[in-house]
Amino acid sequence: MTDGAWIDAALRSARPQAVAALMRYFRDLDTAEEAYQDACLRALKAWPRTGPRRDPAAWLIFVGRNAAIDATRKRARQQPLPDEDLISDLDDVETAVAEAIDHADYRDDVLRLLFVCCLPELPATQQIALALRVVSGLSVAQIARAFLVSESAMEQRITRAKRRVAAAEASFEAPVAADRPDRLAAVAAMLYLVFNEGYSGAAAQASARAPLCDEAVRLARLLLRLFPAEPEIMGLLALMLLQGSRSAARFDADGAIVLLERQDRTCWNRDMINEGLALLDKAMHRRVRGNYQIQAAIAALHARAATAEETDWSQIELLYAALEELQPSPIVTLNRAVAISRTRGAEAALAMIAPLSERLASYFYFHGLRGNLLLQLGRPDEARDAFGRAIALAGTPAEAAHIREHLDRLQTTPLKN
Amino acid sequence: MLYAFLCYKNESAVMSWTKDEDDAVMAKLDVVHQKLAVEGRMGPSLRLMPTTAATTLIKEKDLVLDGPYAETKEALLGLYILDCDSLEHALEVARDLGVANPGGAYEIRPIRLYLPGGDVA
Repeated sequence: MTDGAWIDAALRSARPQAVAALMRYFRDLDTAEEAYQDACLRALKAWPRTGPRRDPAAWLIFVGRNAAIDATRKRARQQPLPDEDLISDLDDVETAVAEAIDHADYRDDVLRLLFVCCLPELPATQQIALALRVVSGLSVAQIARAFLVSESAMEQRITRAKRRVAAAEASFEAPVAADRPDRLAAVAAMLYLVFNEGYSGAAAQASARAPLCDEAVRLARLLLRLFPAEPEIMGLLALMLLQGSRSAARFDADGAIVLLERQDRTCWNRDMINEGLALLDKAMHRRVRGNYQIQAAIAALHARAATAEETDWSQIELLYAALEELQPSPIVTLNRAVAISRTRGAEAALAMIAPLSERLASYFYFHGLRGNLLLQLGRPDEARDAFGRAIALAGTPAEAAHIREHLDRLQTTPLKN
Repeated sequence: MLYAFLCYKNESAVMSWTKDEDDAVMAKLDVVHQKLAVEGRMGPSLRLMPTTAATTLIKEKDLVLDGPYAETKEALLGLYILDCDSLEHALEVARDLGVANPGGAYEIRPIRLYLPGGDVA
C-alpha cells in the first residue's frame, strides 16, 4: 500500500473510537467532529514521516482534543498560537493517553456515539444518514448518492438530525450498566437498517450503496470486539455476512433481480459465508435465543445448500415459526408461508397468508407471493390480478420487471386446468 | 531451521481495508511468497478470521470465553512456517514481508516440534 492508502485505512478505522472519545470530552457532536478533522490533517502531515502509529485512535484523540482546546482559546483571545511542540513529539504522551483510555472507556464511548445516532425521535432515514456521516465518516455526497437525493437535501437532513441529537442532552450521559442491553439493542437495529439500506435497491444503485453494507459490517465487527460475549451481536454480524455473501449473484447482466433459488451459487462469497457460519455457531453455543441469531440461522441454511433443491425448507419453516413467536409480524408470517409452500404446498401457504391481506395490502411481496401461489394452483385470472397489484406497488423498476415476466408468461402460455 | 512467523497487526485497520486495498497487499505478499516457494522455504501459511470469531478455553476452570486469549493492541492475524538458514536470514525474510505489508510486527519463533499433519488438511 502507498503512504496515502495506509494512512487512509488507519484514519478510517480509528474514526469511530476517536470521534466517540472526543464527544465525551466536548459533549457536542460538531465540536468532536471538527476536533477529529483537525487531528486528521495533522496526521496526514506527521504520519508519512513517523510511520504507522501503534494506536492511531489514541493519537487522534490526544491531538484532536488539544487542537479543539487551542481553537477555543484562540477564539477567546486568551492565548497565542497553539504550542506546536506539544504535538510534534508525542510518543511518550501518546502512550500515557492510550493507557488512560482503557478498554471500558472505549467501549462506552463508542456505544454512546452509536446510540445518539438512533434516538427514537429520529426517523430511520435520519438515523442511517447520521451514523454514516458521523461514525463512519462517509462524505455527504456519498450518502446522498446512496439515497438518490441531492447533496443539499442530504446536508439538511443530517443537520436536522444533529440538532435533534444536541437537544436530547440525556443521550450524552455515560450509560449505566442497566441501560447497556437496551442501548445495544437499539444500536444493533440501527446497524441492520444501514445494512438493509445498502442491500436493497436496484442494480444501478448497487455500487453506490455497497459502502453502506461494508460500513454496517465494519461497525458490527467493532461492536462485537467491544462486547465479545453478546450472542445477538454475533448473530447480527453473521446475518449481515451471510446475506452480503450473495450480493454478486443478485442481479443478472441486464440488472434484473435473480431470485435466491436461481442464483449462481459459485458467485457467493465463501469467506463471508465461512465467517458468518463460524459466528453463528459461536452464538448458538451461548444458548440464548434472539432475532438476529434466528435470521442468521435461516440465511445459513441457504448458504449451506449447494443447490437450491437441497435447501432444508422444513428447518427454515421451523425457524420462521420461532421468529414469529419471538417477534410476531405479518412479514415474518409471509416468509414462513414461503417455506410452507415448499414443504406442504401452495394451498397451505395461501391459507396461511389469507388473514394478512388487509395488513399487507400495500406490500409488494405479499401480492407477488400470492400471485405465485395462485399460479401454482392453476388459478391464472386471480394470479394476474395479484401480479398487477404487485407491479403497482413495486419499489424499483427491477422489481416491476421481475413481476412483469410472470405476467408475460401467463399471457403467452395458457395454463392447463 | 524451521521458524514460525506470527503476524501481529492492528486488526481494525486491516478490517477497514477496501477489497482493492486488501487485494493489493495480498498481491505484493504473493511476490515474496513465490520467491520463498521457489527456494523451497515456504511451509504452510494461513490467515485467521477476525478475533471476533475467536473462542478461548481456559483449561483449569473449563471456562469458555468469547474472543482471543491475549488482548493486545496488535492482534495475531496470521502465521507462516518458513525454512530459514539463520535468525539473520529469518529477519531478512520478515523485512521483505514487512515491505509488502507494513505496520505491526512479526514474532519469529524457532520451531521445536513440527508435525505436518498428513492428510488431515
